[in-house]
Amino acid sequence: MKRWIPLILFLVLVGFFAKGLFLNPREVPSPFIGKAAPDFSLPVVGDANATFSPADMKGKVWVMNVWAPWCVSCRQEHGLLMALEQSGTVPIVGLNWKDKQREAEQLLARQGDPYFAVPDDLSGKVGIDYGVTGTPETYVIDQAGIVRMKHVGPISPDIWKDKFVPKLKELGV
Amino acid sequence: MNWKPVSWLFALALVLAPTVWAAEAESIGADPVIEQRMIKLSEELRCLVCQNESLAGSHAELAEDLREEIRVQMKAGKNDKEVITYLTDRYGDFVLYRPPFKPLTLLLWFGPALFLILGGAIWYFTLNKRRNLKETPVDEKQLAAAAHLLEDNK
Repeated sequence: MKRWIPLILFLVLVGFFAKGLFLNPREVPSPFIGKAAPDFSLPVVGDANATFSPADMKGKVWVMNVWAPWCVSCRQEHGLLMALEQSGTVPIVGLNWKDKQREAEQLLARQGDPYFAVPDDLSGKVGIDYGVTGTPETYVIDQAGIVRMKHVGPISPDIWKDKFVPKLKELGV
Repeated sequence: MNWKPVSWLFALALVLAPTVWAAEAESIGADPVIEQRMIKLSEELRCLVCQNESLAGSHAELAEDLREEIRVQMKAGKNDKEVITYLTDRYGDFVLYRPPFKPLTLLLWFGPALFLILGGAIWYFTLNKRRNLKETPVDEKQLAAAAHLLEDNK
């Protein structure tokens, strides 16, 4: 029995490393889960007179998708977001993060606009307030304005089904 | 062609060029004291984009924005602790290279000491066991047999 101990310890170590190999280092736990979504008020892309604020969504479960026209991986999830908009499950707000080239309006007109509203975060300050480290990032916010979930990286149909749908069900959507 | 005006222009350009650069650099390091404080603090912070780089050394755009934010807050009179709170409120403890001391990080802080104690214990008990080994008495008969075998092989 005794001579197996090193081998067992070795296998345990291998197990830890194997698990670590498949973790996503970008999935940093967000300090906002269970806390109020930070407030802001920003102009809206495509409508110079309108502004958007999370307070506008009080009483609704909604999704905030942080994206940018220059973000390549955001294009991967664009089709899914379009389909979600069609199905009308949940309103998606698209925070346009650091769009210095001012391309968002054009791009949405050309490719289709899946968003309920597109707040324009030109300086990137609102993104920082939400702890955004890179686009795309997606937040689920509940009726009371509490952040319930955060997803880092593009949303694939599988991720939507396995991660978002159960959370939304839990919130009564 | 008269080269004189051209050379004058060239000389003027040479004189002006450094001042143009200087003006650009000034906005970044306007206040050397704050700049030093900012760099010192951001060396302790992790860049969220290139996770193995410090905030001070990263060229990522987000790192630049955050450094600017730190400068602004320091200029507004916030101390280092308040600036760090601003960042951990948004990005969590992950942004700190020096993890805070709390129940969740106890193993992280005491783990190395724990392994040292464990290793020391194994070492101590192994030595102890060896020290207590008794010399096995020599069997005269076997010794004679061995001597005989050695004799034979000569």
